[in-house]
Amino acid sequence: MTEMAAGTTTSSEPLPRAKTDLLPLLIVPALALLALPFVGSGSTWVTLTVAGLAMGMMIFLMASGLTLVFGLMDIINFGHGVFISLGAYATLIILGPLAGWAQADSVWLNLGLLALCILAAMGVTGIVGAVFERIIVRPVYGSHLKQILVTMGGLIVAEQAIHAIWGASPIPIPLPETLRGAFIIGDVIMERYRVVAVGIGLIVFIGMQLLLNRTRIGLLIRAGVENPEMVEALGYRIRRLFVSVFVAGSALAGLGGVMWAFYRQTLTAGMGMEVMVLVFIVIIIGGLGSVGGCFVGSILVALVANYVGFIEPKLALISNILVMALVLIWRPQGLFPVARR
Amino acid sequence: MSTSPTLPLAFDEARKSGGFLSSLLSSDFPRSRILTFILLTILVVLAATPFLFSGSQPLSTAAKICVFIVLVASYDLLLGYTGIVSFAHTMFFGIGGYGIAIALERLGATWSSVAIGLLAALCLSALLAVAIGLLSLRVRAIFFSMITLAVASAMAVLASQLSGITGGEDGLSFQLPFELRPAFKLFSEPVMGVAVNGRLIAYYLLFFVALIMFLLLLRIVNSPFGRVLQAIRENEFRAEALGYRVVAYRTMASVISALIATVAGALIALWLRYNGPDTTLSFSIMIDILLMVVIGGMGTMYGAVIGATLFVLAQSYLQVLMDAASKALAGVPLLPNLVHPDRWLLWLGALFIISVYAFPGGIVGRLRQARQ
Amino acid sequence: MAEPLLQLSGVHTHIGPYHILHGVDFSIPASQLTVLLGRNGAGKTTTLRTIMGLWQASSGMIRFDGRDITKTSTPDIARAGIGYVPESMAIFTDLTVRENIVLAARSGPVEPARLDWMLGLFPALKRFWNLPAGNLSGGQKQMLAIARAIAEPRRLLLIDEPTKGLAPVMVRSMIEAFKALKASGETILLVEQNFYAASALGDNVIVMDDGRIVHSGAMREMVEDKTLQQRLLGLSLDAHQ
Repeated sequence: MTEMAAGTTTSSEPLPRAKTDLLPLLIVPALALLALPFVGSGSTWVTLTVAGLAMGMMIFLMASGLTLVFGLMDIINFGHGVFISLGAYATLIILGPLAGWAQADSVWLNLGLLALCILAAMGVTGIVGAVFERIIVRPVYGSHLKQILVTMGGLIVAEQAIHAIWGASPIPIPLPETLRGAFIIGDVIMERYRVVAVGIGLIVFIGMQLLLNRTRIGLLIRAGVENPEMVEALGYRIRRLFVSVFVAGSALAGLGGVMWAFYRQTLTAGMGMEVMVLVFIVIIIGGLGSVGGCFVGSILVALVANYVGFIEPKLALISNILVMALVLIWRPQGLFPVARR
Repeated sequence: MSTSPTLPLAFDEARKSGGFLSSLLSSDFPRSRILTFILLTILVVLAATPFLFSGSQPLSTAAKICVFIVLVASYDLLLGYTGIVSFAHTMFFGIGGYGIAIALERLGATWSSVAIGLLAALCLSALLAVAIGLLSLRVRAIFFSMITLAVASAMAVLASQLSGITGGEDGLSFQLPFELRPAFKLFSEPVMGVAVNGRLIAYYLLFFVALIMFLLLLRIVNSPFGRVLQAIRENEFRAEALGYRVVAYRTMASVISALIATVAGALIALWLRYNGPDTTLSFSIMIDILLMVVIGGMGTMYGAVIGATLFVLAQSYLQVLMDAASKALAGVPLLPNLVHPDRWLLWLGALFIISVYAFPGGIVGRLRQARQ
Repeated sequence: MAEPLLQLSGVHTHIGPYHILHGVDFSIPASQLTVLLGRNGAGKTTTLRTIMGLWQASSGMIRFDGRDITKTSTPDIARAGIGYVPESMAIFTDLTVRENIVLAARSGPVEPARLDWMLGLFPALKRFWNLPAGNLSGGQKQMLAIARAIAEPRRLLLIDEPTKGLAPVMVRSMIEAFKALKASGETILLVEQNFYAASALGDNVIVMDDGRIVHSGAMREMVEDKTLQQRLLGLSLDAHQ
């Protein structure tokens, strides 16, 4: 026995300090403050920040499911984008019969319409997610190469299926009446829809945090991300847990798709894959498997894109890549690395 | 593999007697009668296309097949032989195309412009490939695919935004050097009924460069370097333990693959006398490449030939077939939509998924199995 | 003798291309502590993982309490009443000590009496109750890992090298804890390289080498028979002392 472990049980030993890693959390406010002098005007800065937050929340919605699925089962789903598109197209199920609600000058009818669209989208993407998991993903556990290939295949087929069902040309969708326009407070302009998006994003984030930290299911998910094998050795059937998380992740992507669709006000089958680039950047930055990291990463990327887009538009195109490169140089495993076996 | 010293004597004899052909193919034969026949057919038809078919459509299809064989084979070096999935392959393809396009447009339609454009493109590609390799060197292997996707899409946006240089969404049209223009006639009289003009010369330039590139790739994957790549693909940790620097080998494979993709990009630009985001840079081309390499057969090189030929032909002619099917099914709900000519990718996508599951060796693997 | 609680007969296990277990036969009687000895790479950990269903036996049979569990899935093996403490301890570092225990008690909240008993065995855990388990020291993690395995009543505990890397004082308190566990009637299969700890605890001993069982019998015999020790365990174990 040469190794001296520090594990003595004498009562004089001080309590170990809780390791809290706040540094990455500070980046976002620090960045926002840093941008202020470059932007110049305070009101413009607020507008940019709110817009960035809204964008960040939408990316978070679309990315959160993917990062959990990866963390839990070591599955990388390149077809995740198709759930975003599918969620967006699912709004048509509601927007068709209830077109009147969108034109009504009533906040409640408009928000109700949005809620119904979200419900429909999450239902459709959840069901398709379950099928996708069964047919596409399940046979290729354990091989990243095959996962990437086969989920890309799933993406191709599903995108084509969207074309076959809803047609290949872009479909315009109306933003409900009262969500158009902007709140104007002094010089500050905040688009209403973006404020709604921030609200929904926050609700989902807080809900996920509560679920993960306060419930048994959440405990299981967190434990499973860290060591799925031990979770099984404790008698839990992790397969079932994983399917539920996959379905929930797909439904969240569907929710993100609805928000993204109303933001763009146009539907295309490729819209999910287009935004996947951002989603991947975000989950790499956040640390694969970390919901908190995904949240911080989303906001970080969106804010940087907005500030840089305002200050030096040409640079905005590659700002995401630069953020990713810088983060990876600082922390090769992402902002919040997830401990694994 | 075929150069292994433990192979049966008969095989070795065959190799010796193979002589020139063997060294040309780096002793990596198709190893299936049907496959050999198909490959020979493709080779002969491609070589004789100008004399077999009339009109510009077949020649363009043949040229596209040549270019895609090189592009897909260079991707196979990465995916099939090294076991890494990159989504940046079209980026290098695009760089080749833009290199030629920008040089010929800016510096005039001369051969030295072609050389300058190609050289600049090769340098940029090598640089980018090394940069991506170094960035992903620090991170987990699974990040590589995502990082390449991000970088490639940023480059695509960049190319469409920097319209002063790249022509933006419209792309760049340019003049070819005089010897490659249709107006140039090598002989005053037609040969076997075909006028030997600049267009024909351009085709054969494409054909032979493609052939050389393919044989070069065959040589690379059958070299000691190629074997190390395959060892890494099979067991990264063992290869590392044996003393091979895995990251260095992977980066090297990325660079070689990127350079050859760049050449393919230059070829397609020369053929089309145009380069734009849709012909070389778009993500849908990346998906096409994936389909071709997987359906043809990963890690076989010959799969690239089969995959590219099949795909380009399907792109041009499958739609005709589906159109007929769609019309025949008119009246049935949804079905006509599924066999609508624009939905051909749906079926290739399904074939792709089935290939990954059931035939990891694609068509080539299947044919080789049937032989045993 | 009554039917053994756990019985392995002719178990072969392959991991990828490697053939690790070459026909392992042994049985574990109830309410006793059996020590599995052997040098590194002998197949001890593989044996535990195969029993737990984390690796599939390619042939042979594993019977637990009269039931064939060779092809049973890991969660179902755990539910049958086998608790497992892997060599890596596999503590969920992101969860607090309390959450680790809560999760381990699958069938419901831990009974107060059991909790008191557990915390009596490992008093250190009480002090770190609400801290992330990642902050614990190596020895404390080991305690948590064992506490997790006994968070609800189990019929058999599989414990992989609990004294590995621990300071001597820690090894001694671990041995005390195991003595207490034994006294309460638990059946334990303990993988151990530390012969001092093994001889202090074991009722029975099984020795493995090269994926095969080379000896099994009472621990007392082995402790008394120096030549047997020398032959089976050689110098490698003495070096550990």
